[in-house]
Amino acid sequence: MTTEHQSFYETPAPAGLTGIKAWLLTHDHKRLGLMYLWAVFFWLILALFLGLALRTELMSIGETIMSAEVYNATFTLHGVIMIFLFVIPAIPAIFGNFFLPIQIGADDVFFPRLNLFSWYLFMIGGFFAVIALFAGDGFPDTGWTFYVPFSVSTESNVSLTVTAAFILGMSSMLTGLNFVTTVHRMRVKGMGWMQIPLFTWSLYATAWVQILATPVVSITFVLIILERFLNIGLFDPDKGGDPLLYQHLFWMYSHPAVYIMILPGMGVISEIIPVFSRKAIFGYKGIVVSSMAIAIAGSLVWAHHMYTSGMSDVSVFVFSLLTFLVAIPTAVKVFSWISTMYKGSILMTPPLLLSLVFIYLFTVGGLTGLVLGAAGPDIHVHDTQFVVSHFHFTMFGGTGFAFFAALHFWWPKMFGIMYNFKRAYIGIILATIGFIFHYIPMFILGMQGMPRRYYDYLPQFETGNFLAGFGGYLVVAGVMMMFINLFLSFREKVEAAADPWGGTTLEWSIPSPPPVHNFIDEPVVKDYPYDFSEVIMRSKKEK
Amino acid sequence: MSEHEVEHQLSYGFLALILAGLIVLTGVTVGVSYIDWGFLNVPIALFVASSKATLVLLFFMHIKYEGLVIKVSFISTMFFLAIMISFTFWDVAFR
Repeated sequence: MTTEHQSFYETPAPAGLTGIKAWLLTHDHKRLGLMYLWAVFFWLILALFLGLALRTELMSIGETIMSAEVYNATFTLHGVIMIFLFVIPAIPAIFGNFFLPIQIGADDVFFPRLNLFSWYLFMIGGFFAVIALFAGDGFPDTGWTFYVPFSVSTESNVSLTVTAAFILGMSSMLTGLNFVTTVHRMRVKGMGWMQIPLFTWSLYATAWVQILATPVVSITFVLIILERFLNIGLFDPDKGGDPLLYQHLFWMYSHPAVYIMILPGMGVISEIIPVFSRKAIFGYKGIVVSSMAIAIAGSLVWAHHMYTSGMSDVSVFVFSLLTFLVAIPTAVKVFSWISTMYKGSILMTPPLLLSLVFIYLFTVGGLTGLVLGAAGPDIHVHDTQFVVSHFHFTMFGGTGFAFFAALHFWWPKMFGIMYNFKRAYIGIILATIGFIFHYIPMFILGMQGMPRRYYDYLPQFETGNFLAGFGGYLVVAGVMMMFINLFLSFREKVEAAADPWGGTTLEWSIPSPPPVHNFIDEPVVKDYPYDFSEVIMRSKKEK
Repeated sequence: MSEHEVEHQLSYGFLALILAGLIVLTGVTVGVSYIDWGFLNVPIALFVASSKATLVLLFFMHIKYEGLVIKVSFISTMFFLAIMISFTFWDVAFR
C-alpha cells in the first residue's frame, strides 16, 4: 500500500515525526480535530458532573452536599467550562477541522500551523481556567458572565479566569479566520458557492461571527483586569463610568456567541436529515441564506439580556423588535428539515434519532426564547429558573444533541469502525427522557418565581427541584451510555465501509479513515451536493 | 493570489508623502484641541483620527490594492463596528 492510500493514522504530517510528536506537532487538520475531540470530551464530562452536583445540592432544602461558597464556585466553573471549552469549540473545532477541508475537496486548512497554534491556545486557556480555582484568594464566584461591579470588587480569583477566557477567545478567533480563508481559497476547482455542503456553509457563517465578535469580549475582559488592578473607573459611576457599559460590551459578543454555538449544530442536522431521508434537502438556498441571516441578525440583538438592567425604554423596544427577527431564519431551517423528511425514504439510525430529538428540543428552546425576547413577559421571568431551562433547551438540547448526532454520524468516517446501534438507542432515549424531566420542572419553577443561581429556596419549590435533580441523573446516565458505547467500538472493531450511510458529500467518497491528503483521486464535484440519484440506484441494485 | 489582484510596490517617496500627511494630521489633532468647538469637539477629533486611520489602511496596509473579497470583508468589519457603537446609543441617548 502506498503512503497516499494509507490512513492518516499511519502517515504523520509533517512526515518523519513519530510517536507522541506526530500528534503534538502535527499540521494535519484531521489529527487536530481528534486532539480537540479528546480535550472536549474531558471538559464535557467534567462540567456534566459539576452540573449534576449542583442539581443534587438543590434536590432538597438547605445544605445537601456542598456549602454556599462551593455552590457559587461550582456554577461558575460549570458555566465557564461548558461555554468556553465545550459548546463554543465542540462542533467547529472537532468536526469543522476534520470535515471542512474534506467537504470542499481540499487537503488541509489554509493555515495548518495556525491551526496547531489554536489548539495550544485552547489547551493553555483550559489549563488557566483550572488553576484559577486553586491559585489566588478563592474560587471564582461570578458566574460565567463576570458582571461588574461584583467581578471587580470580589476577592476571588476573577483575573486569572478572565485571562483564561481571553486566551480561549483568541483560539476561537484564529479558528474562524482559518475557516473563512480556507473556504475562500481552497475549494476544489469546479465547486461554486452553491455547491458547498451545508455543514461547511454553517461553519463559514459561524467563522465570521467568531472573527467579528470575539475581539469585543476579549477587550472587555482586559478592561475587567484593568479595573481590578488600576481602578480606572470605566464601570464606576462615582468616577464617571457606566456599569451598564460592561453589560453592553459583554453581550455584544456573548449573544452572537450563542449563534456561534448553535449554527454549526444546525449545519450538522442539515447534513444528517437528507442522508437518512434519501432525499435532496428542501430549500438548500433558503438554508444557506438563513445561516448568514442568523449570523447577521443574531449580532444585533445583544441588549435583550438587559431588559431589567435599567437601560432606556427605547432600547428595550428596539432590541425586543430585532430579537423577533432572528426567529424568521431559524424557522426557515426547521421548516426545511421537516419538509426534507416529508415523503422521504426514512432510514432510522442513531444520528437521525438524535437529529429528531434536536429538532424537538431546539424548537421548544426557540419558542420559549420568544417569551424572553418579548420585553413584557421577560420582566416576570428574568433571572429565574425559566431562563436556565430555556438556555439549556437551546444549548444542550440544541448544540449538545447536535454534537452527539455529529459524533454518531461521522464516527465511522473518523475511526473506520462502527458502533452498536442498540446501546446507542438506549442511551439516546434515556438522555432524552432525562432531559425532559430535568428541564421542564425548571420552566415551571421559573414561572413560579424561583431565581437562578440561588443556593436555597422556599418549601413550595422542593418538588420541582427534586424532579429536576432526578432527571439530571437520567440525562447523565444516558449521555455516559452513548459515550461508553462509542468507546466500546474500539474494542469490538466492527469495520465501517467508506460510505456506511449513503451520503453524497465528498467525505463519503474517500476511505474510512481518510488518507493523509484526504483524496487519492481528484474529487468529483456534483452539480448539486445533495443529489441522491446514485445512492438510490446503488441500493436498488443491491436489492 | 486571485486574478483580481495585481503586484504592487509603493515607492519610498510615496510612502514618505503618506507619512508626512500623517504627521501633519497629528499636528491638526493637537492644534484643534486648543480651540473649544463646543459640541463639535469630539466629532472633529474623531474625523481627523479616522482620516489618519484611512491613510494607514489604504497605503501602509495595502487595502487599496487588494481584491474585492478583502475589500468587502474589511468594509463589513467596519460596518459591524459602526453598528456595535451606534446601537448602544439606543440606550445611552434615551435614558
